[in-house]
Amino acid sequence: MNRDEALVLIKEVLTDVVPGADAAALAPDENFRDNLEMDSLDFLNFIEALSERTGLALPESDYPALNTLDGCADYVTSRTSVK
Amino acid sequence: MADFTMPSLGADMDEGTLVEWLVGPGDTVTKGDVVAVVETAKSTIEVECFDSGTVGALLVEPGTTVPVGTRMAVIDSGAEPPAPAPAPAPAPAKATAPTSELQTAPGHATTPTRDAVSTPLVRHLAEQKGIDLSSVHGSGKGGRITRSDVEHTPAERPHRVKASPLARRLALSSGVDLSALRGTGRGGTIRAEDVRAATAAPASRTVESREAARPPSATAEPAYPARAAIAALMSRANRDIPHYYLSTTIDLAVAMAWMRDRNASRPVAERLVPAALLLKSVALAARQVPELNGYWKEEAFVPSPAVRLGVAVSLRGGGLVAPALANADTMPLPELMATLKGLVSRARSGRLRASETADPTLTVTNLGDQGVEAVFGVIYPPQVALVGLGRVTERPVAVDGMLTVHPTVTATLAADHRASDGATGARLLTAIDRLLQRPEEL
Repeated sequence: MNRDEALVLIKEVLTDVVPGADAAALAPDENFRDNLEMDSLDFLNFIEALSERTGLALPESDYPALNTLDGCADYVTSRTSVK
Repeated sequence: MADFTMPSLGADMDEGTLVEWLVGPGDTVTKGDVVAVVETAKSTIEVECFDSGTVGALLVEPGTTVPVGTRMAVIDSGAEPPAPAPAPAPAPAKATAPTSELQTAPGHATTPTRDAVSTPLVRHLAEQKGIDLSSVHGSGKGGRITRSDVEHTPAERPHRVKASPLARRLALSSGVDLSALRGTGRGGTIRAEDVRAATAAPASRTVESREAARPPSATAEPAYPARAAIAALMSRANRDIPHYYLSTTIDLAVAMAWMRDRNASRPVAERLVPAALLLKSVALAARQVPELNGYWKEEAFVPSPAVRLGVAVSLRGGGLVAPALANADTMPLPELMATLKGLVSRARSGRLRASETADPTLTVTNLGDQGVEAVFGVIYPPQVALVGLGRVTERPVAVDGMLTVHPTVTATLAADHRASDGATGARLLTAIDRLLQRPEEL
């Protein structure tokens, strides 16, 4: 998956998890958990959906890297293009 | 024969508005099936029926507000189902029609554009599964699509209409078919404005509802019914209940390490969040200190044998509901986590079940992720205590005479001085602390 594809997918997942969320309005390096007022259950739903769509395990220790669009896109791109 | 009546969906509820029937006359229902959607001042709730049998007459029309206990439908528990329902009346009923008037197929009144071969229950099921009913072959009488037809149709995955929760509620209460709308939100998400625009068109406006009649900025206004209901209840609580408050900070190093360790080896779907551990420990503590788990009724405290933990859930766009986690003290942690996830998502989408709103015995308010250290709540009458949990945060703590940094949480208690005093309250907070030091036993 290239970076652009990853970004599209991440935004889709975000809008699914937080109905009405405006993913296009998020700055790439902004913490979207704060911006979208996601609580820990919302974030877990996001991780769950992202894991389902990408096939990545997304261990809890990697959560800190997954708070921003940039962080998520880099993460997904680097893990999915290795194989 | 049994009556289906307007249930009491919380201590503070006097009346409710029937939003939609999910069954029609002649439908077979089983105890526990969701048969109607009811709107209270605070949220929209799916109501299950308590009997099995065949739905007879529906006595209340969608859009009507009736007091708790009003007969809304007759459920015939006899063996022979009556003849199939007659063809639906073409004219949609007015919301203001008298409640005594009998209606044969009220479900159709809210969605006149749909064909007559499916019942509301079937449509509801299809909507949940994201199935387009026009593509389903009906195996029932006269091509009628039955529940099992829908159940045996594979779901078309992403077909589910994307809509905000407010839009869904508006659509439901104003009889707008979401799938027929074009969303103007991101990725085609249907927003409340889209639904309002659709209800403004005279052709599709069938049921005049309170929601639809509200101005577009409704959620921001103080007149928002949920806000008014909360205000009334909390004013009563503050006036009638002599509160006392306690607070303690709990070291979560052991609990968080245990959780991280456990989560590391599990797929996302089976992972826990700190809230699950905290809620479980509160539920167990409530069993150990029964003086705080129950109700204040007629000048006396009535302890509850079971722990039904109320969980305060903030809704997007404002408002608060506190559905109950039944048997939270005996439920295994993974199950509690799954139930909590479901409860929160149903609360936010306005789809709580009636059985989930029935009187909690002790409420927890968890402002966990919103950055505050401690929350001092107002007791939810007729309960006698409320536990507040702040954010899990790293703080300096003294361990064995040495200063170190651990994750901690501040747990507070607001309790009713008529029912208990500080020493009892302190036992509850101490019990929560003790339980969290042995997370593997939760």
